[in-house]
Amino acid sequence: MRPIATTRSAAGIPTGLLAVWWVLASEIVIFGGLLGSYIMYRLAHDAWAEQAAATNVWIGAFNTFVLLTSSLTAVLAHQAAERGDGKLAAKRLYYTCIGAATFIVVKAFEWTTEIQHGFTITSNTFWSFYYTAAGLHALHVIAGAILMLFVAADAKKGRELHRVELIGIYWHFVDIVWIFLFPLLYIAK
Amino acid sequence: MSEHAAHAEGHHVNYVRIWQILLVLLVISVLGPMIGIKIVTLITAFGIAVVKAYLVAKNFMHLNLQPRYVVYILGTTLVFMLLFYAGTAPDVMKHSGDNWVKPDVVQPSAPHH
Amino acid sequence: MAEHATPHHAHEEHHEEGWVKKYLWSTDHKIICFQYMFTGMFMALIGGFFSYVFRMQTAFPGIEVPLYGMVSAAEYNGLITSHGTIMIFWVAMPVLVAAFGNYLIPLMIGCDDMVFPKINRLSYQVFFLSTVVLLSSFFVDGGPFGGAWTAYPPLSANAAWNNTPLGASLWVLAVALEFVAFLLGGINFITTAMNSRAPGMRYTDIPIVVWFIVIASMLFMSSVGPLIAGAVMLFMDQQVGTGFFDPARGGDPVLWQHLFWFFGHPEVYVVLLPAIGITAEIITVFSRKKLFAYRTVLFTAIATGVLSFTVWAHHQFIAGIDPRMAHIFTITTLLISVPIAEMMFVFIATLYGGSITLSTPMLWALAFVGEFLIGGVTGIFLGASGADIYFHDTYFVLAHFHYTFFPIAIIGTYAGVTYWFPKMFGRMMNDTLGKWHFWLTIIPFNFIFIPLFVLGAAGEHRRIYNYQNFPELSGEWFFALRELATVALIIMLLAQVIFFVNVYISLRSGKKAGKNPFRANTLEWQAESPPPHGNFAELPTVYRGPYEYSVPGRAEDYWPQNAPT
Repeated sequence: MRPIATTRSAAGIPTGLLAVWWVLASEIVIFGGLLGSYIMYRLAHDAWAEQAAATNVWIGAFNTFVLLTSSLTAVLAHQAAERGDGKLAAKRLYYTCIGAATFIVVKAFEWTTEIQHGFTITSNTFWSFYYTAAGLHALHVIAGAILMLFVAADAKKGRELHRVELIGIYWHFVDIVWIFLFPLLYIAK
Repeated sequence: MSEHAAHAEGHHVNYVRIWQILLVLLVISVLGPMIGIKIVTLITAFGIAVVKAYLVAKNFMHLNLQPRYVVYILGTTLVFMLLFYAGTAPDVMKHSGDNWVKPDVVQPSAPHH
Repeated sequence: MAEHATPHHAHEEHHEEGWVKKYLWSTDHKIICFQYMFTGMFMALIGGFFSYVFRMQTAFPGIEVPLYGMVSAAEYNGLITSHGTIMIFWVAMPVLVAAFGNYLIPLMIGCDDMVFPKINRLSYQVFFLSTVVLLSSFFVDGGPFGGAWTAYPPLSANAAWNNTPLGASLWVLAVALEFVAFLLGGINFITTAMNSRAPGMRYTDIPIVVWFIVIASMLFMSSVGPLIAGAVMLFMDQQVGTGFFDPARGGDPVLWQHLFWFFGHPEVYVVLLPAIGITAEIITVFSRKKLFAYRTVLFTAIATGVLSFTVWAHHQFIAGIDPRMAHIFTITTLLISVPIAEMMFVFIATLYGGSITLSTPMLWALAFVGEFLIGGVTGIFLGASGADIYFHDTYFVLAHFHYTFFPIAIIGTYAGVTYWFPKMFGRMMNDTLGKWHFWLTIIPFNFIFIPLFVLGAAGEHRRIYNYQNFPELSGEWFFALRELATVALIIMLLAQVIFFVNVYISLRSGKKAGKNPFRANTLEWQAESPPPHGNFAELPTVYRGPYEYSVPGRAEDYWPQNAPT
């Protein structure tokens, strides 16, 4: 039922892949706008360093480790899909999703602790950015993991294997955003 | 999937090796700022972030195997973000002008328990 | 990658679709076009009605407006805010970008649908949801948001000041949803145009309107991000109590302005480019001439797109921005008038020496060029920061952007609809009614906005509920001009009835159109009128560019793109 349009590749790469790159381009400007705004404020308000000191760099580093590892499993899933091994690709995608879940759970504990210590989203504009930026990122993690589950379910049956690469590229982007969020929110003190 | 054929058959990066490099960089980026020297922090925290992002983009996203225009598309949006920053920061970061002053608001710091 | 010349067999099991599946749940790009178009036109009626109400209040302060009642100051603000918001986001965008883009792109590049039909359907559904959210803001406690379509904080961030606690957040939500819908749609347009072209169609064989809608989608996708970030921040300020834009909490309202206008300026080119594209198609067909300097026009559009990212702060010249930035933005703003002017000259050069037919679509296309030139020229006064210090926030600005937006959203739409109506519905429109509608729209249009230029130059501020409170703006001739503009508006709004009557009788008893009534070259005219599901009986192959009209030595004065050599 797929239109013939979807199967053409006048631009040299498959349609789904082309689309994912454009999705990434639009996401760059969304996060770019948000993080750019944060950087401007942060550089203009030295007083925020006092607030920023309260973020826990070890939890942040652990979450970075989790995401980097999940990127590894995602690209290994792509490698399996390239060879046509849908079952292995699905398994590695499930590991990636476990990584996503770990990230979210750790973040939930982290935020709960911070809120209990009085660092809420309204207590200081630093914290407003902290929760908003990391929150927007976390929403992308959750959305990505959900999509990944659908792709894995198909891959397990040997179907739509090309989508493993596509969800992987999205996932790597989510990882890269965090690679920048981590120093911005946790290290710049 | 024809553009991946060359990729899968022979020479491709060892993904685990890249991951190990990323983890080492992560450790450096956490330890570096603890030394407390600003320039060291900048290089280790942010410089390494750029390097990590490059490694993920090149080796995991296979950006170097895509048609060149993909890099141009992504690069253009990055340039737009720099443009946005350049056009906005002079205003947002300015603390005084000819006839006005933006007092550095000291917000009530959140209570620590 | 085997190329099928015949449509997928799946299309042939045309299980008799129920009404709901065929019209409401369709993934067919042509149906989705109509969904966007009818929603956009419905919203235009609302936006147009609002303009009638607030102009009556402005011209006859304190009057009980027929069909509405008394207009309070708060309602006035809500009306002008809703008018601006609706006309840009719920009329210009859906009709020019989503509707024409959806209809024309697959047909003009010779394929059977968009590459992601289900995402296409989803984009309309999200858009529909955004429409419902916006309309619901009219019925909540406190009424619709009244802080202008630009929604500057602190007014927009704090319900204590805007008095529309629910309306303000519903507005932000509606706009954010609309952005998501257009991001989804844009990915479809760009990917389809890049990948699904007919065999033989090189980049320089793509019709200008397709190029321009795709470039517009790229502009949209690259510019909307910061405003999405800003909308999230504004929503947080409104509902959660954060201080992103609150100076007392270390925030900065100017940041919102930059986030808004970084998108807001490219946005006007997002809606302008499709209108220029439509004009290009019509002018070439009805002057039987090749488009002058196709490649130059293309590179100019791309250059304009890139330049459009460097001009945004000309909307903020008197907001207290760094004067050094004002110098830079003045230069870039004046520069950007050059490529657009060049495109208008290209149209004139295309017309020159052509065999011109003044059909209804051609009248609209010519009106676009003439009226937009006035809008563009007046923009130069505003782009110079020195002059803008006086003109900012006066009706001069308002008249300028109506002389640009009206050609874009209204003239461009009518041009496109009257031109492609035969293809969309298989019937010709009534040309006599078309011409009455045209003149009764264009002439009053000028009588609305030229008085507003004069009033603006005389100092009339924008967004004022009752000028009787300003003695220097309450003189007799001030009100005479306001009344003239309002009467002209009423005539113009009433004239739109002619269009709807024309649509109705044409659909019922218009002459059957045939495939190619205007003898045009582009691929959509090679399909049936209207095209069936799957568009082409046999997917075309392309052998030449889209503007091979009046080629010397040929018997016919046109040469369809897919006609074998």
